[in-house]
Amino acid sequence: MANYRDIIGAFKDKPGGIIEAYHALQKEFNYIPKPAVAEAARVFGVSEAQAYGVATFYSYLSTEPRGKYIIRVCESAPCHIAGADQVVKAIEKELGIKAGETTADGKFTFELTECIGQCQETPVITINSIPYVGITPGDIPAVLDKCR
Amino acid sequence: MGEEMRIVLRNADKIDPNSVDDYINAGGYRALEKARGMERKALIEEVKKANLRGRGGAGFNAGMKWSFVPPAEVTYVVCNLDEGEPGTYKDRTIVQKDPHTLLEGMAICGHAINSKKGYIYCRGEYPYVVEHLNRAIEQARRKGVLGDFDIEVRMGGGAYVCGEETALIESIEGHRGEPRFKPPFPGVAGLWAEPTVVNNVETFANLPEILNRGHEWFKAIGAASYPGTKVLTLTGDVVNRVAIEVPTNTTIRQVIYDFGGGIRDGKKFKAVQIGGTSGGFIPESLLDTPIDFDSMRNIGATLGTGAVLVMDETRDIVDIVTRIAKFFEHESCGKCNPCREGTFRNYEIMTKINRGGATYQDIENISLLSKVMQKACLCGLGQAAPGPIVTTLQHFRHEYERKLLV
Repeated sequence: MANYRDIIGAFKDKPGGIIEAYHALQKEFNYIPKPAVAEAARVFGVSEAQAYGVATFYSYLSTEPRGKYIIRVCESAPCHIAGADQVVKAIEKELGIKAGETTADGKFTFELTECIGQCQETPVITINSIPYVGITPGDIPAVLDKCR
Repeated sequence: MGEEMRIVLRNADKIDPNSVDDYINAGGYRALEKARGMERKALIEEVKKANLRGRGGAGFNAGMKWSFVPPAEVTYVVCNLDEGEPGTYKDRTIVQKDPHTLLEGMAICGHAINSKKGYIYCRGEYPYVVEHLNRAIEQARRKGVLGDFDIEVRMGGGAYVCGEETALIESIEGHRGEPRFKPPFPGVAGLWAEPTVVNNVETFANLPEILNRGHEWFKAIGAASYPGTKVLTLTGDVVNRVAIEVPTNTTIRQVIYDFGGGIRDGKKFKAVQIGGTSGGFIPESLLDTPIDFDSMRNIGATLGTGAVLVMDETRDIVDIVTRIAKFFEHESCGKCNPCREGTFRNYEIMTKINRGGATYQDIENISLLSKVMQKACLCGLGQAAPGPIVTTLQHFRHEYERKLLV
C-alpha cells in the first residue's frame, strides 16, 4: 500500500492541488486518514483546520473509514419519482445497514446522494462511482452479488 | 419525432469521440485556426454579435463577458462542467460524444482573452468523464492543434454549489467551495485573482460553428433574443428520455410531445419542471411558451440548464417539492444566513405540509421566507432555491390546500 506522504507529495507543485491530493488518497484508502490531513496542510501551506475544512466540505470526500465498495443511491427529484425510496429499502435489507453506515466486514458503505447525471433511466445507483441505471428493488441482490 | 437542429452535437454518434483525427476530418480545429488569424477585438466582436448567451443558466452574452477582461499578463479560461442540476446530463453527453468541440471552443476563448491556460472543472460524480477528457487533451497536445494553449482537468467533490462560478474558482484554488462576494467579477479578478472567463460546456461548444459559419448565420436561428439551439435532457414521465438539441423558439409542448413522444403509459400531463431542480413548475396552460431564456422568464420559469422533468397526472406535487427542499437544505454551503437558515426552514415547513400537519399560516410563512431568500441570499443557489415552492403555490395551490389542516 502506498504511503500517504508520497501520494500527497506528488501534488505539491500543483496550485490548489489539495483536493486532487485528497482524491488520490481516496483512490488508495477509500477515505482520507487523519494524519494525511495534517500532512496535506503542511505540504500546501494551510492550517490543519483549513485542510480539515476542505476535506469535510465535499460530500464525496470522507475522513471516516469506508467500505471497499461505496454504494450510492440518487435521491434527487427524477429518481425520487421513479421510486428511489424502494431501492433504498432493498439495499438496506440486502446489506443489513442504514444509509451512512458500513458493513461489519468493511466491504460495503451505503450512502444517499444527489443527482449523478444519469437521469435518462431512473432510478440510478452507483458502485464506486460507476453508474447502474434503471434499477428496480428486485435488481439489487444480483447487482450487489457482483461485488461479493 | 420532430426534427432536431444540431450545432453542439453536430458530430455526436457520427465520429469516434476517442479520435482527434476523426474530429479533424469532420472539419474540427479549423475554426480555431480562423480565430487565431483574427485580431482579438474582432474575435470578441464576432462572438458578441452572434449574441451567444451563456448556456449554463444565467444567459449572459458570452462575447460581452469576454470583453470585460482587461489586458493582463496572466488570464484564465475556465470551463464549468460541474453539471449538478438534477435532471441534467447535457454537458456529460456533449463531452462524451465530442470532447474536442469543447477543447476547441476553450482555445478560441483563450485566443480572445490572451490566455495560455484553461481549466475544466468536472464534477466528482463523473470520474469517467475526467479520464475521457484527459485522453482527448493528450491527443490534442500530441497533434499540436491547441498550440501554446494548455488545458487541465480538475475534479470536484460532489458539491452542487460549485456550479456557481466563484465557488467553482474557490474549489480549483483548493478551498471549500463557498461563493465570493461580487464585485469584483471573475472577468476582472477570478482564479488566483487574475482575470478569468468562466463559461459552461455548451457555451464553449457553440463557438467552433459560430466561427465557421459567422454571426449572421447563428443569430438567425431560433428566438431573436436568445438565438441558437439548446440541448435539453428529458426525464421523468415522458416516453423518450433522451438528450435533444433544438432551436430556441421550440415550444415546451413540442419538446414534450413531438420530441419526447408524450406522456408514458397513456397517462395525462400534470406539470413540467424545466431548468433543473431550482426551475419553476409549469402547468398545461403555459405549454405553448417557447423555451428561450426570456420567454421562460416571462412566465416566471427558467430555461436554466435545459433539464425537462415531466410529471404525469398521478404525481404528488407537494411530495416532489418537499424532496427538492431537502436537496437545497443539503446543498446550501452555509456561508450566508438567508440560505443556510432559509433552506433549512423551507424543508421543515414543506415536510410539515406534506405530512398533513400544516395550516394556512405555514403557507404564508413559507411564501414570505421565499421572498426574503430570493432577494437576500448571496448567490444563485439560495436565490433560486424557493422557485419550485413559489411556482407550485402559484399553479398547483390546490395540491397544497388539500393537505392542510382546516
